[in-house]
Amino acid sequence: MDWINAAVQGILLGGLYALFAVGLSLVFGTMRLVNLAHGDLTILPAYVALMLVNALMFNPFYSIPITMVILFIVGYLLQRGLLNFVVGRGDIAGVIVTFGISMVIQNGLLLGFTANSQGLDAGRVENLSIKINERLAVGWLPLIIFLMSIVVITALQVYMGRTKMGRAFRAVSDDQEAARLMGINTKHIWAVAMGVSLLIVTIGGVMMGIRTTFDPLLGSQRLIFAFEAVIIGGMGSAWGTLLGGIILGVAQTLGAQAFGSAWSILVGHLVFVIILAFRPQGFLAKTVTA
Amino acid sequence: MNTTTPTNQTNGKRYEVWVANRTNFYVGVAGLVILVVLVVFPFFGGTPWTRRLVDFFALLALAQFWNLMLGYAGLISVGQQGFIGIGSYALWLFADMLGIHPFISVIFAAIGGAIIALPAAALVFKLKGGYLAIGTWVIAEILRLIVANIKRTGGGSGITIQAASKLGTEVRVPGSYWWALGAAIIAIGCTYFLLRSRTGLGLKAMRDNDLAAESVGVNLWRAKLYTYIIAGAGCAMVGAIVAIHLLRVQPAAAFSVNWTGYLIFISVIGGVGTIEGPIIGTLIYFVLRETTAKYGEWYFIVLGILAIIVTVWTPAGIYGYVIRKTGFYLFPLQRKVRLVAEGKRRRRRAALREGTAS
Repeated sequence: MDWINAAVQGILLGGLYALFAVGLSLVFGTMRLVNLAHGDLTILPAYVALMLVNALMFNPFYSIPITMVILFIVGYLLQRGLLNFVVGRGDIAGVIVTFGISMVIQNGLLLGFTANSQGLDAGRVENLSIKINERLAVGWLPLIIFLMSIVVITALQVYMGRTKMGRAFRAVSDDQEAARLMGINTKHIWAVAMGVSLLIVTIGGVMMGIRTTFDPLLGSQRLIFAFEAVIIGGMGSAWGTLLGGIILGVAQTLGAQAFGSAWSILVGHLVFVIILAFRPQGFLAKTVTA
Repeated sequence: MNTTTPTNQTNGKRYEVWVANRTNFYVGVAGLVILVVLVVFPFFGGTPWTRRLVDFFALLALAQFWNLMLGYAGLISVGQQGFIGIGSYALWLFADMLGIHPFISVIFAAIGGAIIALPAAALVFKLKGGYLAIGTWVIAEILRLIVANIKRTGGGSGITIQAASKLGTEVRVPGSYWWALGAAIIAIGCTYFLLRSRTGLGLKAMRDNDLAAESVGVNLWRAKLYTYIIAGAGCAMVGAIVAIHLLRVQPAAAFSVNWTGYLIFISVIGGVGTIEGPIIGTLIYFVLRETTAKYGEWYFIVLGILAIIVTVWTPAGIYGYVIRKTGFYLFPLQRKVRLVAEGKRRRRRAALREGTAS
């Protein structure tokens, strides 16, 4: 029963990883930019929410919509003011600039909030769970996060597939030049894509802040988990990303169950490496090459 | 030093391909003098400066290896800290566990780095561009977690290298100095000779346009593999030297992603894709470190912002700017074509060679 419990926790954790991964994948999909600051940008909203909660004294759940708006603006301005200059200039410039942003955000947070762990206190919800039997319980909070990830991915699919903006995203992704000739402002589209990416990430970042503690140094780990979920699931597929997140989450919780919590993350990485070795295109890939 | 090839004749005009010129010769002589001074430095420089220069040459060597991957093979790694860390722990393994002299263990650490780089390359090369970069980071994290979870290595709190501390300061400091200097020379030498070779020409073609390079017969995969393995071995070697130098190895420090931060800063500021760039970059980095490192986080923020600014607005870095202005290369790698002037002086020299001088 412990194993089933671990697997269930892993699946729920996978939803969270998918939330982080979808944002990474959206940015890569629209502008071929691999954002190395993505992990730190999942930590940033938790600190924004923390400041809001401290200033306004309300439940962290209410801070999520406000934080989403703030992070959308941050993403839009970051893209418009800086990252648009490196889009289309090859992978190297993108990696270096986003790595630099990652350094700036991480150390900025360290300056402002120190390396101590912080938490968002949402009251009773944190400990409520659905008891299925003696040894198997599903926490409400992890379940809500998981359901949110499904809602977000569905919403993103509808947004990309059915709206005018979504069509513009796909057009820019397929052929930048042709999209521009059709009157699409690619600079604006890229900025919106980054904004939407951070908006999605905010949901996961703040929820995670409510569920556990966070500190400025967790960014690189989050980036790696998001990346692993994208690659395992297959690039360009939103549902694949959810599957990738779940596989990674289950690998980590089962690894912890088998060898102790110190090995959890390592087991997750090793499962990723095995999948990369034998199925580099991922499970539900839409595009053939990276 | 005047490495010119025989001239070719087309349409009555004579061309020759040249690599180095007379200025390069004088610079080479000056370089040799500086090198000799550096080699004997520990005898007169004093311990504090010698120790500082160990850091300098260790970073310079790392930056050269990183730059070899990026500037010439288009491989961007943010995971070289994995090899640095493995080198440090390999030194502990060979020196403390197997009882080999620390200065000889450095060689084994380098071999260990190369052995790990091989399967790592097979994995990360399945990815491309930015995702490849994160892939190298995953490899580094895997290595860090394995080392941190082994009880013999002291886990997260690390270990002291007994064999190195037994050497005593008067042997250890100059010894690690010469190794660090050697590593920097090996890194520069590797880069220089690799790029003057046939493989190097292929690498440069690949960097400029990988599809075109492949279509004219450059084996992309093998060329990338060579640079990745050389860089892996090199970074492990430097990691081992750093371990002797610091006496203590901790996973959090040895496998720190800050290493990548320094390497990116150094290469980008100096100029990616040149041998001279990382030298200039390391000098600037050291000035910054000596002046702003005490401000902790601000120091990293400054490094990050400078790397961003240079990448966005002057991607060629400082040395790239110098080249654009002067066309002068300290380490000549470019093959240039020039018209041979049929001047009086040249004719006289040709006559001298044939022994018919008047």
